[in-house]
Amino acid sequence: MAETVPVKVTVNGAEHEARVEPRTLLVHFLRDDLDLTGTHIGCDTTNCGACTVLVDGVPMKSCTMFAVQADGHDLTTVEGLGVDGGGLEPIQQGFHEEHGLQCGFCTPGMMLVGKALLDRNPDPTEADIRKAISGNLCRCTGYQNIVKSIRHAAEQIRTGAAAGAEAGGGAA
Amino acid sequence: MIPAAFDYHAPASLEEALDLLASHEDAKLLAGGQSLIPMMRFRLAEPGVIVDLGRVDGLAGIVEEEGGLWIGAMTRHADVEASDPVRVRYPLLHDAASVIADPIVRNRGTVAGSLVHADPAGDWGSVMLACRAELEVHGPDGERTVAMDDLFVTTFMTSLSPGEIVTGIRLPPAGERSGGAYEKLERKVGDFATVAVAARLELAGDGTCESAGIALTAVGATNLRAAEAEEALVGAEPDEEAIAGAAKAAAGASNPTADNRGSVEYKRDMVRVLTERALRRAAARARGEA
Repeated sequence: MAETVPVKVTVNGAEHEARVEPRTLLVHFLRDDLDLTGTHIGCDTTNCGACTVLVDGVPMKSCTMFAVQADGHDLTTVEGLGVDGGGLEPIQQGFHEEHGLQCGFCTPGMMLVGKALLDRNPDPTEADIRKAISGNLCRCTGYQNIVKSIRHAAEQIRTGAAAGAEAGGGAA
Repeated sequence: MIPAAFDYHAPASLEEALDLLASHEDAKLLAGGQSLIPMMRFRLAEPGVIVDLGRVDGLAGIVEEEGGLWIGAMTRHADVEASDPVRVRYPLLHDAASVIADPIVRNRGTVAGSLVHADPAGDWGSVMLACRAELEVHGPDGERTVAMDDLFVTTFMTSLSPGEIVTGIRLPPAGERSGGAYEKLERKVGDFATVAVAARLELAGDGTCESAGIALTAVGATNLRAAEAEEALVGAEPDEEAIAGAAKAAAGASNPTADNRGSVEYKRDMVRVLTERALRRAAARARGEA
């Protein structure tokens, strides 16, 4: 067996240090070593996007990365979504309100891709949304409600930001 | 699916990476890993040693230089897609970067990694052939330049030696009256091309073609340059008649095989259709109309 290598990553704000075999895929590290089973293994062929996580805020397929490649990086998995106190953040609220899931298998990847899109562009067109999720397969919804969910989240973020700006303006 | 075991090295410099390659016969370079890791999972590749280029500084970036463009070997497809100088001056590259694999894979896969993987269904091979790009290559004996025309030997095989590392890609200047386009036919996002065509035109003051580049994806053992189609255009005005003639020549240069994406006849005709579309868009862009 090849020598193990050290990995130090931040996952959802918490630091983790471990030694792994170099061939350990990031998705297996997250699920088996860190017990973060919200990241799903779908196709195992770099097609379906169920294993998508954010690496420094950028969506990547964790089945197509070795854990050791994530060394020193900041990861977000679906377990990292939500607001302090247990509430839902806008992307989750969107999927809740617009019925963006049926079986839920693709949902972690879909929400993380949606979140990364909205972090970059809080006012995406429908085409932007469809392009952003085009690397993620859903076999239940036909995508309609996923698109609506992300749009719902975008609206929530924009109205939240507008309300915040108004409040901030008033205070100043 | 779990890859076979390997020893892992993440050198911090190019020199260190070259030394590792020199001292390990079964070493394989890891760039973005979006082709290599799937192949390792399927055990189609079982390298004993992985040399990860992810920690080497200076290998990524897009730099405009002396009228041309330098693209670092580790530059991700998504960075090419998002680059303004690329979109404005090298629309062919922007087109291609936007249709490689899917958006998530594009965040990780690299331009040079894809090129030296030498998959005939890879998109960058055709783009760089059409652009007359050159690879900047470092090896134990120093630096050398490899013209795209000399890169591909056959499927999954290049003329580079195992001890060499591509550090960047150089593109010649794109003049004011140049334009290009990439047309890809795929069954779904993320699938390999059924057929794709890269086209680049440089127009003279009188509107005729000063130079032309046309290359084909997924219709041969490597990405193919359609030299006859290029020659047919040089000196001619890229009107419908000239474009149709070049597209026919490009179809003739293709050598597709039948598979579940289509028959030989279908793919060859798609070369013709996509070459026409790519040349029309390239010409319009060269004239400043699009």
